[in-house]
Amino acid sequence: MAAEATTPLPAGSAQGPAGKLDNAARTGVGTGLGKYLLNRVSGAVVSLLAVLFSAFFIFRVLPGDPIDNLMRDMQSATPELEQALRAEWGLDEPLWVQFWSYLTGTLTGDLGVSIQYQVPVMQLFTDRLGPTVLLGGTALVLSVLIGFSLGAKSAWLSGSKFDKRNVNIALIFFSAPTFWVAMIAIIIFSRELRLFPTGRMVSAHTPDRFWPQFLDIAHHMVLPAITLTLMIYAGYLLTMRASMLDEMGNDYITTARAKGLRDVVVRRRHAMRNALLPTTTLVFMAIGNVINGALVTEMIYTWPGLGYTFFQAIAVPDYPVLQGLFVIFASATVLANLAADVLYWFIDPRARKA
Amino acid sequence: MSTQSTPRPQSRPPSARALRMRRWRQSAADLWREFRAQRAGMVGLIGLSIFVAIAVITPLVAPSDALSVTQATGGRMAPPDGEYWLGTDEFGRSVALLTLYGTRVTLIIGIAAALVAMVIGTLVGIVAGHFEGRVSWILMRITEWFMNLPTLVLAIVLVVVLGRSIAVLVIAIGITSWAGTARVIRAQTRGIEGRPYLERARALGAGHWSQMGRHVLPNVTPLVLASTIMAIAGAILTESTLAFLGLYDPNNLSWGMLLNRAWSNGAMSAGAWWYVLPPGLMILVVVLCFTLCGRALEVALNPRLRR
Amino acid sequence: MSLLDIHDLHVTYQVASGSVPAVRGVDLSLKPGETIGIAGESGCGKSTLAGAVLRLLPSPTTITGKILLNGQDVLTMKWGQLRTVRWSSASIVFQGAMHALNPMHRVGAQISEPIVLHEKIGEKAADKRVMELLDQVGLPSWRANNYPHELSGGQRQRVMIAMALACNPDLIIADEATTALDVMVQAQVLDLIGQLVRERDVGLVMISHDLSVLADTCDRVAVMYAGKVVEQGPAHEVFAAARHPYSDALASAFPVIGDEQARHRPRGLAGDPPDPADLPTGCSFHPRCPVARDSCSSTEPELQALPGEPSRNSSCLVAQDGLPIRPPVELKETLP
Repeated sequence: MAAEATTPLPAGSAQGPAGKLDNAARTGVGTGLGKYLLNRVSGAVVSLLAVLFSAFFIFRVLPGDPIDNLMRDMQSATPELEQALRAEWGLDEPLWVQFWSYLTGTLTGDLGVSIQYQVPVMQLFTDRLGPTVLLGGTALVLSVLIGFSLGAKSAWLSGSKFDKRNVNIALIFFSAPTFWVAMIAIIIFSRELRLFPTGRMVSAHTPDRFWPQFLDIAHHMVLPAITLTLMIYAGYLLTMRASMLDEMGNDYITTARAKGLRDVVVRRRHAMRNALLPTTTLVFMAIGNVINGALVTEMIYTWPGLGYTFFQAIAVPDYPVLQGLFVIFASATVLANLAADVLYWFIDPRARKA
Repeated sequence: MSTQSTPRPQSRPPSARALRMRRWRQSAADLWREFRAQRAGMVGLIGLSIFVAIAVITPLVAPSDALSVTQATGGRMAPPDGEYWLGTDEFGRSVALLTLYGTRVTLIIGIAAALVAMVIGTLVGIVAGHFEGRVSWILMRITEWFMNLPTLVLAIVLVVVLGRSIAVLVIAIGITSWAGTARVIRAQTRGIEGRPYLERARALGAGHWSQMGRHVLPNVTPLVLASTIMAIAGAILTESTLAFLGLYDPNNLSWGMLLNRAWSNGAMSAGAWWYVLPPGLMILVVVLCFTLCGRALEVALNPRLRR
Repeated sequence: MSLLDIHDLHVTYQVASGSVPAVRGVDLSLKPGETIGIAGESGCGKSTLAGAVLRLLPSPTTITGKILLNGQDVLTMKWGQLRTVRWSSASIVFQGAMHALNPMHRVGAQISEPIVLHEKIGEKAADKRVMELLDQVGLPSWRANNYPHELSGGQRQRVMIAMALACNPDLIIADEATTALDVMVQAQVLDLIGQLVRERDVGLVMISHDLSVLADTCDRVAVMYAGKVVEQGPAHEVFAAARHPYSDALASAFPVIGDEQARHRPRGLAGDPPDPADLPTGCSFHPRCPVARDSCSSTEPELQALPGEPSRNSSCLVAQDGLPIRPPVELKETLP
């Protein structure tokens, strides 16, 4: 009758029938991980090279003679500046020489010198990275938590008032321009109600000790964080809801209910856990969205982060800063996608199938 | 007298082309019926018609000096009163009229950019889905690269480098948003290509372009349509953000540009909410309308989504 | 004492366009150790019937009637009690195809889940039970660590069976349990089910569209059409000599090897199963029936015992009058 087992095997034995090690028994995470990683990492390296390539293309090749363009757009152009830039960028040399020096420079951390601040771009980056991570990270965590839990519950109660309300609110925030929401928020909360400061990260007069600084930064961060969270949570909510609805249509939900599990348990242990899979990787891939939002939010609230730096570079236009940040932002997205791919391996057993 | 029955003339069977037209018309009618059944989508559609009406009618009906800086008669950033319903801007012009005027440019840039994105995305998607091997791999890597980039960053960089004009804006926004569509279209193409009638077409000697054009394209068109509408929503948001950051064509007034003006002239510290609220609200409503339409269309196309 | 008693069950789905009656007055009863098969095409209400027993149907559904499981009415039970009853008194073996098992949980964990829930024993003890169950269904114990996608269709079905037995229920409902399997695997699984049912003396309700499968495995068979039971009786008898034109059509869809007469019988049924929202008047089968009379379109037939055959019930007006339910066949040529 039984086609598989011939002799009774001791429980927990890893050996399949006929004594051979069955591939199916090795369901652990380690199988094939190396090959998968190699595949993904090499893809990421190719993408990173593509980023470098395209940055060079956009800033040096596309505008024709970038210095001419620059001088035309800049408000404070001088012949001395032009000379200095030509020398620094080595524009008289053949294109491939320029590219080579650009490539080696970037890979060793030399991203050029900012025109407006006269400091290395790399230094600007390290100075301003912290505030962006703080703001962006907080907003990301908040919007994921809020978006996922509301999205899951909305899907579970699909069709109810709770669901409809949540979806409509999310759609409205999804459609509103970030900067406009920020402006309204500032007018209401900063100007009229005088609850929060209008900008910057710290007030000048705060004593330079830990707690006062900490509280001051937190105080300044409330409005920007809320604005940014409101902008990006909607996407997470809608995606989680759709993913959850997909899972709920599957038969294993009925099986779980038939077993007598409580509704909440079915929702969390079965539906939500499975729905988390495509949505989790989405969190990483939506880094682009977070960067977009952070850029605008930092600008409006004059939050001294990378977004604010980027925005300031537009007006000048500060090409080295723009180029350097472009490379950094794009690379961050590539790395985030790589992290998503690696994470996927660990959380979806189906991905490990040979 | 016996009636003689005249032999009825043999009616010709409808040509292949007539059949196709009939089938197309039928599926379009079905789609419309499904779409109409959703309230949200209809609300969006009605809203869009209103906006298009505004865009078309305003230049014809509004006073021609509404945009003129020299002929402005209001006070500087004055609050709303009997004459200026939404107050004035920094030059004394009526904010209400400015906002209405801005409809045209915003819609034009948004729609044009979305069309650019759709054309590129559909082309790449179909070709990548149709051809196997190297061509597909290269195209997918390119698509991935574009998907990776934060859209705003790339758009900003392109406009800074290439200049502030409507053409550049349209191209920059279009270039940054085609990747998502390409991926979806490619998956759809793959699905279609697996179907038997494609095999038959190939066996009958249909060339690559013929296969893609006459067989794949009509099948992905509904998907492309839904994608385009969502893309317009995104394009309008991107255009507004770019304009707000100062990257606008000075000769063309859009809502984003109005908000940039408000910002740079200190509307916020002056508390001039009438300058800030209307343009932004228009953006929100227009994008919402497009989003609702797009979502309703997606549901109408995919029976599985109907709840 | 009766294990399962269904009295006048009516199930009506509420959808956007109105109400759709899926089950229109079904009576059924089962004693411990008995097996009954429910046959019918898709949409006849058999899966709805199965779902109703454990109240698994979606919320906007109207259910009237009584479903007595071990004497208690499932339909009026409190929620907490229902959850206790689920799986421990009655369990369901679903079609083991892709999604009845959670693709992200190991199968061992899925089998032990109801054990831990209902019997409140620790994980170690539950795991031991899982090993025993896997052994009983003929799977090696190391399979407990597999994910569903690592198993074949037949293996997944065995896991579903092991899972259904986990809490030693009194009643098992097998809903199209062998439908997606190859014929050979199907035979093995049916043997397994039959053996386990006999060993444990549980009641079995087997649902399938394949009458031949039911004829082999079950004591009795009930044939459903458009939400009602149209024929009931001992399985072999219903299969070999049906007393309702629909059951006859179902049975003769499967050729009998060696039967000369069978070759000339008209096979298959014209038309489609009726739309539950728009049923024909009178006997809902009459539009497709080869022996329909005028009274069939106006009279709503009742399920009755047939004259002279107390163990056979049929709702065909023709059969209730004692007439044959098959149209006379004209043999075009005489057979040697």
